[in-house]
Amino acid sequence: MRRLLLESIGKKPVTLEGPVASDRATQELAKTLDDLSRRVLGRSLAIREVDAGSCNGCELEIHALNNPVYDLERFGMKFVASPRHADVLLVTGPLTKNMKIALERTWRATPDPKWVVALGDCACTGGLFAGSYACVGAVKDAIPVDLTIAGCPPRPLEILKGLIALMEAATRKPVTKGAEPPPSPLDR
Amino acid sequence: MIARRTLDATAWTACAEVLGRGKGELMALFADQNRVHMIVRDPREQSLEHLCFECEGGRFPSVGRYHAPAIRLERAIRDLFGLEVDGLPDSRPWLDHHAWEVSAPLSGEQRAPVSCPDYAFLPVEGEGLHQISVGPVHAGIIEPGHFRFTANGETVVRLEQRLGYVHKGIEHLMQGTTLERASQLAGRVSGDSTVAYQFAYARAAEMALGISAPARALYLRALMAELERIANHLGDFGAICNDASFVLIQAHATMLREEVLQAADNCFGHRLMRDCIVPGGVASDLTKESIQTVRALLDNIVPRFRQLFAIYDSTASLLERMLTTGIVSNELVTRFAAGGHVGRASGRNFDARRDLAYAPYDKLSFEVPLLRAGDVDARLRIRISEIEASFSLIRQILDSLPSGKIKNDLPAAKESEGFAFIESFRGDVLVWLRIDGDGKVARCHPRDPSWFQWPLLEAAVEGNIVADFPLCNKSFNCSYSGHDL
Repeated sequence: MRRLLLESIGKKPVTLEGPVASDRATQELAKTLDDLSRRVLGRSLAIREVDAGSCNGCELEIHALNNPVYDLERFGMKFVASPRHADVLLVTGPLTKNMKIALERTWRATPDPKWVVALGDCACTGGLFAGSYACVGAVKDAIPVDLTIAGCPPRPLEILKGLIALMEAATRKPVTKGAEPPPSPLDR
Repeated sequence: MIARRTLDATAWTACAEVLGRGKGELMALFADQNRVHMIVRDPREQSLEHLCFECEGGRFPSVGRYHAPAIRLERAIRDLFGLEVDGLPDSRPWLDHHAWEVSAPLSGEQRAPVSCPDYAFLPVEGEGLHQISVGPVHAGIIEPGHFRFTANGETVVRLEQRLGYVHKGIEHLMQGTTLERASQLAGRVSGDSTVAYQFAYARAAEMALGISAPARALYLRALMAELERIANHLGDFGAICNDASFVLIQAHATMLREEVLQAADNCFGHRLMRDCIVPGGVASDLTKESIQTVRALLDNIVPRFRQLFAIYDSTASLLERMLTTGIVSNELVTRFAAGGHVGRASGRNFDARRDLAYAPYDKLSFEVPLLRAGDVDARLRIRISEIEASFSLIRQILDSLPSGKIKNDLPAAKESEGFAFIESFRGDVLVWLRIDGDGKVARCHPRDPSWFQWPLLEAAVEGNIVADFPLCNKSFNCSYSGHDL
């Protein structure tokens, strides 16, 4: 182990140079993050990932963001263990009906201001599962979505570009507060 | 194609009793309209048998009554097909959480949803017990499922799982669709095994259509399957160590995994190699440069991987967390016919690549590792040995890669059936497929290895401390999506 550690000191970092924010994402965010109070988060975003029916392909690529090549944390973003600690919900999957209540509760447990990113084709549109008896479809049909990142699954670099755009928008642009989703029968 | 027998109720029940006495392994249990199918394996004869039962009045005799591994499968059949299972010991719903606007969605008729009382977890009695309820939204970046722990102090007395949260209705979506679209759906049953599923689906379709893929395509499929296996095992190797807070191995293992995925992207145009295997062959050829990419990948990662494992193997504080943690007995893996590293770490000597040999593995040589300890450490060591075996397999594949075309045309369809077992990194994936006269999918059943591994996780964690659950869970790494369908 000592050898590996010593070698690592002498080596150059494996980390890729950070990408610039995706133009498409910046434009999409300019539309959604408008005309309310300006909020500065000090370039720090806490992300709570919610799998709402994904095949786990998107999760694999989200995991990759934490590896030394993409190293998400150098941008001030990190994954947190609870929605109560989160600024961003990163939602994957065609929102299965069996996960709808859990997603709505997670959304409500996340303090304002908050952003929702729908990640992957399924979360954006329902993807291949649109129209299934077991799926709601796009995440935006249950909770307000601020940014979509398409792909099946999107490559880590694409996810990074989208999240960097969100980070820049969130620290610069005004914030829209989303409408509450309708109360579910199980929430009393 | 294996022999298929239709049984009456007496013979069906007799077969269940035989399974219950440990004289055979249940490999699959699924319904198709009014018929129930069971695929059983005789481990001594290494033979498969396909048994059917025609339901009368929408009922069939329970296999789970005699053979516990069938219980969750029968609960799922009940939810999806509305068939009644006579004598089923656990009649609680499984995949149906009463959130759909229909009930029995695969029954072929429109049935209104039925309301249901809250899900009743199994009762636990005793002094000083408390419950810990986890999920479906977990703390990490993992799939959703609910775990109900009952603990005495730090020690887990019982774990009960509740799954079904990621049920997407895949089998329903496959019905009546084209072979191509069903292949895409098969590739999204469990994203980490997308190659294995599309491999199994393609072979099932080819068996039904009476064709085979060209030799070059067979080798390319195996190349993808081995790259997928390496990537997943590397990811889990790191993640297991990370769950014991040993971040150094995690950091390096994720880097190795990233390099495998980048090479896969470079060669096949997709990091997870999704939609690269299609019925009839593969979607794109491997160029000479790509072959060099794969060789360079191996030269680069093999020594680094071995160095990493040497660190694991010589760090006492890390081993202390892994050894004797989460033990699964040989008796249980045999009874549940648990595939993959879960079975092989507890002495079940089965690998679909060898024991249900399919091309091109019948022409390649590889070791199937086997251990008996059945703990987290053993499951990790099985994975390490499998990565080494995959390195060797990839070299053999590249050395003997046949030339020629990569896809055969599909013939006009007729009513037919096919199935295939493929060894994914997790264990044996089964795809069973029935095609109708128009060439559309009449019924497709993808069966994930997790069906026979999830229940063993409940057993593995018993008597362990709560803090060791992540280690046990990650060493299994069952698929939620593959199970929930």
